[in-house]
Amino acid sequence: MAMTSHALERQDFSAFLRDGEDGRPSIDLLVKGARCTACLSKIEREISAMPAVTSARLNLTSGKLSVAFERGRDDAGAVLERLENLGYPATPFDPAKALAAHDAEGRRLTMALGVAAFGAGNAMMFSVPIWAGLFGQELGPATRTMMQWMSAVIAAPCAVYAGMPFFTSAWRSLRKGRANMDVPISIGVILTLVISFVETVLGGADTYFDAAISLLFLLLIGRWLDHRLRASARSAASDLLAMQAPAAVVVGEGGVEHRTPLDDVRAGDLLLVRPGERIPVDGVVEGGVSELDNALLTGETAPVRVGKNDICRAGALNLTGTLRLRATARSEDSAVAAIARLVEAGAQSRSLYVRLADKAAALYVPVVHSAAAITFLGGWALGLSPREALLRAVAVLIITCPCALGLAVPAVQITASARLFRRGVLVKSGAALERLAEVDHVVFDKTGVLTEGRPRLLDPVPAAIAMAAPLARASAHPLSKALSAEAGVSSLAQDVVETPGQGVEGWIGGRRARLGRAAFVGVPGAVPSETELWFGFDGDTKIRFAFADVIRPDAVETIVALRQRGLTIEILSGDLAAPVAKVAQALGIETWRAGLTPAEKSEAIAARGREGRRVLMVGDGLNDAPALANAHAAMAPGSALDASQNAADLVFSGEGLDAVVAALDVARSARRRALENFAFAALYNLIAAPAAMFGFINPLVAALAMSGSSLTVTLNALRTGARR
Amino acid sequence: MSILIFLATVSILLALTGLAAFWWTVRSGQYDDPLGDASRILLEDPVDRPLD
Repeated sequence: MAMTSHALERQDFSAFLRDGEDGRPSIDLLVKGARCTACLSKIEREISAMPAVTSARLNLTSGKLSVAFERGRDDAGAVLERLENLGYPATPFDPAKALAAHDAEGRRLTMALGVAAFGAGNAMMFSVPIWAGLFGQELGPATRTMMQWMSAVIAAPCAVYAGMPFFTSAWRSLRKGRANMDVPISIGVILTLVISFVETVLGGADTYFDAAISLLFLLLIGRWLDHRLRASARSAASDLLAMQAPAAVVVGEGGVEHRTPLDDVRAGDLLLVRPGERIPVDGVVEGGVSELDNALLTGETAPVRVGKNDICRAGALNLTGTLRLRATARSEDSAVAAIARLVEAGAQSRSLYVRLADKAAALYVPVVHSAAAITFLGGWALGLSPREALLRAVAVLIITCPCALGLAVPAVQITASARLFRRGVLVKSGAALERLAEVDHVVFDKTGVLTEGRPRLLDPVPAAIAMAAPLARASAHPLSKALSAEAGVSSLAQDVVETPGQGVEGWIGGRRARLGRAAFVGVPGAVPSETELWFGFDGDTKIRFAFADVIRPDAVETIVALRQRGLTIEILSGDLAAPVAKVAQALGIETWRAGLTPAEKSEAIAARGREGRRVLMVGDGLNDAPALANAHAAMAPGSALDASQNAADLVFSGEGLDAVVAALDVARSARRRALENFAFAALYNLIAAPAAMFGFINPLVAALAMSGSSLTVTLNALRTGARR
Repeated sequence: MSILIFLATVSILLALTGLAAFWWTVRSGQYDDPLGDASRILLEDPVDRPLD
């Protein structure tokens, strides 16, 4: 977000303002880099001290700053400028998205969890005397019935409230003709409550109010953890989106610049794109000359020159000059949209993936329900009273209620994603981890994934670099940046003038010098090239600098580590054949294809899928997005375009490719733990269900067995991804 | 027997008070920014003015 303060001041942010409850306008800003107490205090103090600001409050957890202004004096540009000067670049947040960020479902689950905890704790208070009665302590039938009623009064309303998330989900699933894990849970809880009421009225001994509510409490812990995982990933994804695809600058009548949300840009609008910004929508250049970096769009490394009447694609990075564009398409009709449709198709096929827990439920539900039915019918046939037989059937349902199963997978996945988060890998959903664990073939994109995606100077000669560095430092062109990165500390040339698409000119130590294209510097007969720079003082010999995109330092180790884990590796790139072949050879990868369009990449992945391979795609460009969405599992680096990050299951930050190996290891470990948990739950049911059938289960045993199995499963989950 | 009913009622009422307090904390957004709240108590200068 390289915006000068000068630019911010003149812009109009009214599209991002919303009216607060008391009519004061306020704006939500996403602040980058605010992570500590000192940041919080500095930002809030500085911003609330600004003249038109009535209040500023930073949410440290989500990184969002709410600023309220005095009526009619909203000056968001000044606030953004102040934040930038404080060292925290910020982006306005779309008001619609800001409201959606209000996590209603999370609050509802937290409430349900609190109610269930209250119900479980207090119902237990009356259960303990009843349990004591089981062991021949003094407890008359009248007292027992009173205790049961007390238990019922607390547990039943709590269970109805806390059970709602399960009941609604079970109902939705049943209407689609499928049975998920919530079906046996709902049937179990409802039946338990009803039978317990009947028993209380009839003066029986076996009531399970406490069991029903503590079952819900334990299950809600799992549900709450699962929600936390998805919510944090979702907000991280939308934050990335807000940071990467900021608003477009539309030039209105009289040259006023409006910062407009991307969706509101119409065809025919005049847009201003400064160096360092991305092209917001497809458009034709009306004024200005510059170079565009298409690396994320097509995978090409070399920048492309654009001038008047040239077409610019949305997503390309503007490098050197300010461009005035006439928008030719709306955001959703841009070239990006075609790719987005491919992504959507891939995402749909992926949503058909059946999660581990649902697979288990599909096996589990019929078995448990027929066991309960057999208990009832069998018990009746063998001479038990119908009431006794029904009680045993209910005991089977309660004891086998998938408490451990409901907790088994979320507990493992929350542990796994917490471990990966510490390594800089963001997991977007639990299902993503399950799919990643099944992968047996890895497809890499070249530019920006196997290579660094930015040029580096070849054969550096220190003396030559030192000479050219003062001019290189004055330019934002990627080749100049690569050159000044090699030089380290140096002085800055004077009176520098940059000619977009050509080079820079300035004075170094009293001599005029030029850095740029061969023709610009004055080298006769040189072939124009996008991967070289020329430098020379006026009338002196000219020096040539060559650049190339280099392979990431840990790429070789990563490939070796992946092979050791039994995976096959392939490169699919949109770049030309020669550079791809070079990288493939350097890394020892035999299978590679170059010059692929986004659709061809996606089709290549789908073809592997039809061969029965489970493919992990690692890519960063917009051209990779359909392939990412189509792969069995997908990872994207944090430097990728938002579309690719959205299409990927996991996003890794930092320089290292080793995150791919780490993620794979943790995912496989998580799968092992989850399967162990299932095995344990199955073993437990194998013992508990027959015991319930033959009437060995009373309310105390049920309570102990349930909490014991849940505890075991949770403790096992904590071993996920730990060093062996 | 009657003392049991009395005590049980009192204990449930006490617990309901706790539940009501929990309901209030959830509704007033006290779990929305655990990191920020933990930091705010360390600040010397009371800078937090409520937004709404």
